[in-house]
Amino acid sequence: MNISQIIEYVAVIIIFLGSVMSVISAFGIIRLPDVYTRSHAATKSSTVAVLLSLTGAFIYFWVSENLISVRLILGILFVFLTAPVSGHLLTRAAYRSKVKLTENSSDDALKEVLFPEDK
Amino acid sequence: MGEVRNMPAQFLLNLFIAFLWTTLQDEDELRLTTFFSGFIVGIFIIFLMHRFFGTQFYLKRLFSVIKLVFIFISELAQSSLLISKQILNPRWDLKPGIFTYKTELKGDWEITTLAMLLTLTPGSVVMEVNPEGNMFYIHAMDIEQSKADVLRSITKFEKAIMEVTR
Repeated sequence: MNISQIIEYVAVIIIFLGSVMSVISAFGIIRLPDVYTRSHAATKSSTVAVLLSLTGAFIYFWVSENLISVRLILGILFVFLTAPVSGHLLTRAAYRSKVKLTENSSDDALKEVLFPEDK
Repeated sequence: MGEVRNMPAQFLLNLFIAFLWTTLQDEDELRLTTFFSGFIVGIFIIFLMHRFFGTQFYLKRLFSVIKLVFIFISELAQSSLLISKQILNPRWDLKPGIFTYKTELKGDWEITTLAMLLTLTPGSVVMEVNPEGNMFYIHAMDIEQSKADVLRSITKFEKAIMEVTR
């Protein structure tokens, strides 16, 4: 077992962790009660999942085929940039189209700003 | 030393040190790697000398960008751990809610960066920014527990972003 094989196994473990994270985030999207809490699962866990898979693939190709894949780096960069923006826009659109929060939500500081007539 | 007060002059001085390094090595041919190692040596020299020039180090902004990226990655790892714990918790009895935060950052670039960082920190998603761009409406997964955490990490981010942009 030489050093490049060990690094290949590390890359495989990273890809495995990424797939576990994506399963957890899919659970979260099904299980959590409303759009806003689901967006937590969709932005954070799935970002980490995609990032881990891409990083693992990058390390694997680097070690086994001596290839520094610029496309994978670009993929990592753009996932970092776009995932928070899409999460923000989804929750914003949901709130503007009056999707309710769950029953046990406590504070709602946005309601009096966006819909002052509903008080 | 009046001419090394501004930052382009520091960069020129660094190039000059690299050039000197390449020529003093006295190799048979011009190698780019020698020039690069000279440039790195020049970075160290200028970093040691920069307080005699009376201005800040010209690569300080680059260092703060790297620091910001590291803060970002560590917060992302923590938040994904926390969210997966909350998802897999069999009895789900958290109290979500929306709270406000008034920021002191100004300008599109700073506010966009802060909103992106906040969306990826533990327990918070930015839902709305008011038109003036100084009030954030943040949805928290568990408002009693995570509001203090979120406020603490916001001040950390604000400091790191200001180091980059100002």
